[in-house]
Amino acid sequence: MEEKKDEKKFTTISIPTPLAEKIKKRIKGTGFTSLSSYATYVLREIIAGTEEETEEAFSKEDEEKVKERLRALGYLD
Amino acid sequence: MPIPHGGKLITRQIKKQPTDLKEYPQIEINTNLAEDIINISTGVFSPLEGFLTKNNLENVVAQKRLENDTPWTIPILLDFEKNNIKEGDTILLTNKEIGLHALLDIEELYNYNKKTLAQSVYKTQDINHPGVANIQNMKNHLLGGKINLINNKPRQFDEYNLTPKETRLLFKEKGWREIVAFQTRNPPHIGHEYVQKTALTFVDGIFINPIIGKKKTGDFKDEVILSSYETLMKYYYLKERSVMSILRTSMKYAGPREAIHHAIMRKNFGCTHFIVGRDHAGVGNYYGPYDAHEIFSEFPDLGIIPIFFRSFSRCTKCGSVVNDKICPHDQKYHINFSGKKIRELLRNGEIPPEDMMRKEVAETILKYKKPFVE
Repeated sequence: MEEKKDEKKFTTISIPTPLAEKIKKRIKGTGFTSLSSYATYVLREIIAGTEEETEEAFSKEDEEKVKERLRALGYLD
Repeated sequence: MPIPHGGKLITRQIKKQPTDLKEYPQIEINTNLAEDIINISTGVFSPLEGFLTKNNLENVVAQKRLENDTPWTIPILLDFEKNNIKEGDTILLTNKEIGLHALLDIEELYNYNKKTLAQSVYKTQDINHPGVANIQNMKNHLLGGKINLINNKPRQFDEYNLTPKETRLLFKEKGWREIVAFQTRNPPHIGHEYVQKTALTFVDGIFINPIIGKKKTGDFKDEVILSSYETLMKYYYLKERSVMSILRTSMKYAGPREAIHHAIMRKNFGCTHFIVGRDHAGVGNYYGPYDAHEIFSEFPDLGIIPIFFRSFSRCTKCGSVVNDKICPHDQKYHINFSGKKIRELLRNGEIPPEDMMRKEVAETILKYKKPFVE
């Protein structure tokens, strides 16, 4: 297993300098080691909140079959 | 209910069995790998559709994420001894013990470094660590690619075994929006009940999800764990607020990384919260007692909320079960819920004190002549 070069896995984005300065001040003494790690954290949090299920789990017919099994096993009345 | 991890609940099951399985090169795999295949095919390991390819493995090792940035901490790998199979082939994976047949489309055949893998996943290369020992025993090459489960034979405890599709529908039918998952490998004592009910107070239902499978000598047998929980739930839980089903997967003892993996599986089952205790999935002294709590701060996008419990005990001053956040009394008033002590009493045929274990639960355990793995 080779260590992949980090630069292949990261990209650069631009944010206003005053905002960058505010963030740098804010992350002092926290677990964030850099502006990038903070930005990554915040963006992941935001993106996760907007994610949607890409496909319905199953059809109506499948649903009935599952319900039948759940009833048979006593999980549903 | 949370969306499945990665956005889609994976199903990798062939509805119509191929006519001639003999045409495929065949590899017999161990039961742990066979269970990984079932967990992939039923969506427990969503979004995985197969065994990790090299880029994904490297990402999981270095970043604790798949190549597409989805959190993933435990590598799901298929090791094999190099022979004449090659990338692009489809092979038949079999396991006699559980009668499994599955097809693997080999996307990649690659080498890996056992030391790097052990160090990153287990934070150690000490072969006394059971996970490291497992890696050492793995074959020298890996196969990556998507799998398709053909079949597996019925097994003991199938009546307790629900897939993520089934639990998701079950929770929906029960009208639960917020569900807390509790993982266990032991019969419940009063401390467990306290943790579960404390968490349940703030959500709609609890999903008790014992890990079933290979155990070590001295552990409680699977049937004992299940029947002891059935008893506890019968006498002390509301039926409309609690569900138990099993999870067949091997413990890796990867501490913090495994805590994330455990949370992801429960998210796929449809849970919104996951209880993480002290030294979750730990072994020996390889991890700090709260490493498995701290790692969650690396994953703002995990999609399931951890509920952290630190140590809890019975306080003779308070007269109740307490934890270190709510009890001001000195340690001398605290009685710990010692699993070892409870096991000792049960081994001697004695019922533990009622402030350690429910009498009905203890009686259920003692109905078994041999409740422990020998």
